[in-house]
Amino acid sequence: MKLTLKIWRQPDAATTGGMHTYQLEGVSEDMSFLEMLDMLNEQLNADGEEPVAFDSDCREGICGMCGLMINGHAHGPEVTTTCQLHMRSFTDGDVITIEPWRSEAFPVIKDLVVDRGAFDRIIQSGGFISANTGSAPEANNLAVDKADADRAFNVATCIGCGACVAACPNGSASLFLGAKVTHLGLLPQGQPERDTRVVGMVGQHDHEGFGGCTNIGECAAACPKEIPLDVISQLNRDLRVAMRHGH
Amino acid sequence: MAFLDGTTLTNKPSAQVSDDAHGYYTLGEPLVDPVAPTGPIKDRWINRKFENRLVNPANRRKLDVIIVGTGLAGGAAAATMGEAGYNVKSFCYQDSPRRAHSIAAQGGINAAKNYKEDGDSIHRLFYDTVKGGDYRARESNVYRLAEVSANIIDQCVAQGVPFAREYGGLLDNRSFGGVQVSRTFYARGQTGQQLLIGAYQAMERQVAEGTVEQFTRHEMLELIVADGRARGIIARDMVTGEVETHLADAVVLASGGYGNVFFLSTNAMGSNVTAAWRAHRKGAYMANPCYTQIHPTCIPVSGEHQSKLTLMSESLRNDGRIWVPKRAEDCDKDPRQIAEEDRDYYLERIYPSFGNLVPRDIASRAAKYMCDEGRGVGPLVGDFRRGVYLDFADAIGRLGRDAVAAKYGNLFDMYARITGEDPYETPMRIYPAVHYVMGGLWVDYHLQSNITGLFVTGEANFSDHGANRLGASALMQGLADGYFVLPNTIREYLADGPFETVPETHPAVVEARTSVEERIAKFLSINGTRSADSYHKELGHIMWEYCGMERTEEGLRKAIDMIRELKADFWTNLKVLGSADNLNQSLEKAGRVADFIELGELMCIDALNRRESCGGHFRAESQTEDGEALRHDEEFAYVAAWEFGGEDGPPVLHKEDLLYTAIEMKQRSYK
Repeated sequence: MKLTLKIWRQPDAATTGGMHTYQLEGVSEDMSFLEMLDMLNEQLNADGEEPVAFDSDCREGICGMCGLMINGHAHGPEVTTTCQLHMRSFTDGDVITIEPWRSEAFPVIKDLVVDRGAFDRIIQSGGFISANTGSAPEANNLAVDKADADRAFNVATCIGCGACVAACPNGSASLFLGAKVTHLGLLPQGQPERDTRVVGMVGQHDHEGFGGCTNIGECAAACPKEIPLDVISQLNRDLRVAMRHGH
Repeated sequence: MAFLDGTTLTNKPSAQVSDDAHGYYTLGEPLVDPVAPTGPIKDRWINRKFENRLVNPANRRKLDVIIVGTGLAGGAAAATMGEAGYNVKSFCYQDSPRRAHSIAAQGGINAAKNYKEDGDSIHRLFYDTVKGGDYRARESNVYRLAEVSANIIDQCVAQGVPFAREYGGLLDNRSFGGVQVSRTFYARGQTGQQLLIGAYQAMERQVAEGTVEQFTRHEMLELIVADGRARGIIARDMVTGEVETHLADAVVLASGGYGNVFFLSTNAMGSNVTAAWRAHRKGAYMANPCYTQIHPTCIPVSGEHQSKLTLMSESLRNDGRIWVPKRAEDCDKDPRQIAEEDRDYYLERIYPSFGNLVPRDIASRAAKYMCDEGRGVGPLVGDFRRGVYLDFADAIGRLGRDAVAAKYGNLFDMYARITGEDPYETPMRIYPAVHYVMGGLWVDYHLQSNITGLFVTGEANFSDHGANRLGASALMQGLADGYFVLPNTIREYLADGPFETVPETHPAVVEARTSVEERIAKFLSINGTRSADSYHKELGHIMWEYCGMERTEEGLRKAIDMIRELKADFWTNLKVLGSADNLNQSLEKAGRVADFIELGELMCIDALNRRESCGGHFRAESQTEDGEALRHDEEFAYVAAWEFGGEDGPPVLHKEDLLYTAIEMKQRSYK
């Protein structure tokens, strides 16, 4: 198929960027979206134009490194990661607009690459269970209700890609926060730090410049791992409880 | 089999008679592990932990440790060393430590917990691992791995890793990878992800504590060896382009495997050998580089555009039946139209007792033979069909569609997304792909390389899997090294520190830094016509064809010549646009491909020298009358540790004898 690509190009964080238009022919429907961009980059390299910078690593939908706004949708038209999107979701002659994640808290580094360091700093602010190596008790000493364990797993599948933030009109990372707070809060091992965890993570979230949640739900619709919206209710509940406890 | 406690030798040192790689290498001094433990095997690690000196807690904060890589081996080590109070500097090329490719491991993690009371034990996990590695691993290292495996599960559960559980709330296990006990812990098909997030969170906690400093989007480009010790690295900040010097008392490489030397593999796009290869060029031995694991159940290549391959858990072979058409002329037919009697269920035919569950290397090679015969299925790529059917029609008929969906639903969805075909309706197509490398930098029992102060953990070292790795053992090894082994061995080294400060003006630092800067300038100045990616693809074709599932003397010689030509062309005709002072992915790629090319040549020389078939290494010249792999213990029961021979010199082979006391070598048979 033949495509028209409108791609955000920006040399570095300090320089203003803009949309550039490229024509690409001979795209196969079996290609992944990123393989289509690889093809474009080979063409650009041959033509003497610097290739388009974009992030990707595992290319099997689990590392969370890739992420593009495709025709205004985070990760494009399917419920999956950008790397797992295939060209059979498009048709010959399509015009495709490709932009980096849109969020002030994720500044552009170059072209389609953004800085998601804020997510690491949120985890540093409480997104863990303190258990030094060697201090763990025998694993089967503590039974965990299977329903809780299953739900903890389901929300622990968050890949930290940032699509929730990119999709949110407020630029909120509440789904990301809610997934972690819910995962650790469902497990008995996560109880001792439950209050400090939610307070620390929410504080850092706000400090990073992410917006507030107004229950729009774009985040859950865009999430490639289908993290449910109700983790945000859990987040708010945990925060209220922590505040009642004097945090 | 008899129980052996590890006090008497069961084999003699080997003596190589053949010399296929004559002229491609020189023979160096034999190698011995200077810190190898002795005595009853069950006491070796316990004793060593006691013998290794402690570092006073007050001194730990004066000791700097660099850890390159943040996967299970690197992330777990950074967290643990940070908790102990050392100053850790952690490096990764990704934008966050959580992206490391350990995250993609699906199946599970082995541990000798014996929760099922099915006869498992440390000794049995040890035995299975050495046997699975085709008797090419060191027994002391493997025993230690089995010994610490149970603690790994405890540690991960305490961190909140959501392993699968039974209705009673206790941990569930499954049987995995052809063993007869259920010792695999899992978190649906995303065990690697959950374990890595656990290690990552533990590491981030130490970042907040100030014991770990993390450097993301940083790539190690050189090792600093000053006055005989590894004392630091040269890294490039991939965002600003700045070339940075980082000094420390010890350097740990946890930089993963080099499967991407084949271009197409199940590795991440960024997985590379550069950290390990730069260390190799600085003197670290590369051990058994030809040992590659090729996984039989991957989604086949669909065209020349393909950038990576996707693995599907081999649990699919529990219920799927593998076949190809009996006649080549049926290969482009709709498989549902091919009658039962026209199908060749070749694994069931050749291996009636194991059938579709034969080990990975046997299943992979059999698929290759079918396709080489012209009976492959799927689209023509070039003039060749690379695929065999994995058919669930029987399982769906027997168990019902819902039961099959409950077991394999996520894998079926993934397959449908990538291929556009519905595996409930039409058989899946699979083909082998490079998945893991057992080879890596040589280390002693303390995970220290032959360069003093350079430690290597996880897939980056060679130590535990011999010539082949069992399923669900990679996660076990990464976390064993990171949480429990390295922190207990590196202290014996650090007890002599802090070492004398190395100034940035030290000739070794200046040399390392200058060489990095010159290399970057060189890549940007060649101004040829070909992209780094195109060289990588060509290298991958050579490696897959001649150093892949089946290797021959003739093919390997040819490959070495082709790689040498490719290397010469690379350095004269490469084209890298842009500059060195900001994010430049073509420049990053060029450096990685340059190192892959050199590694590829060494892999072929190692494969050429090893005129035997063992584990993942199959030499066509060494097989039984039935076409099975044939080991030659009398010639090759040794670790091949290769020393860099200089820019134009041949590599130097050092042999470390593999001597067993707790195990007796046997020839495999799956008939």
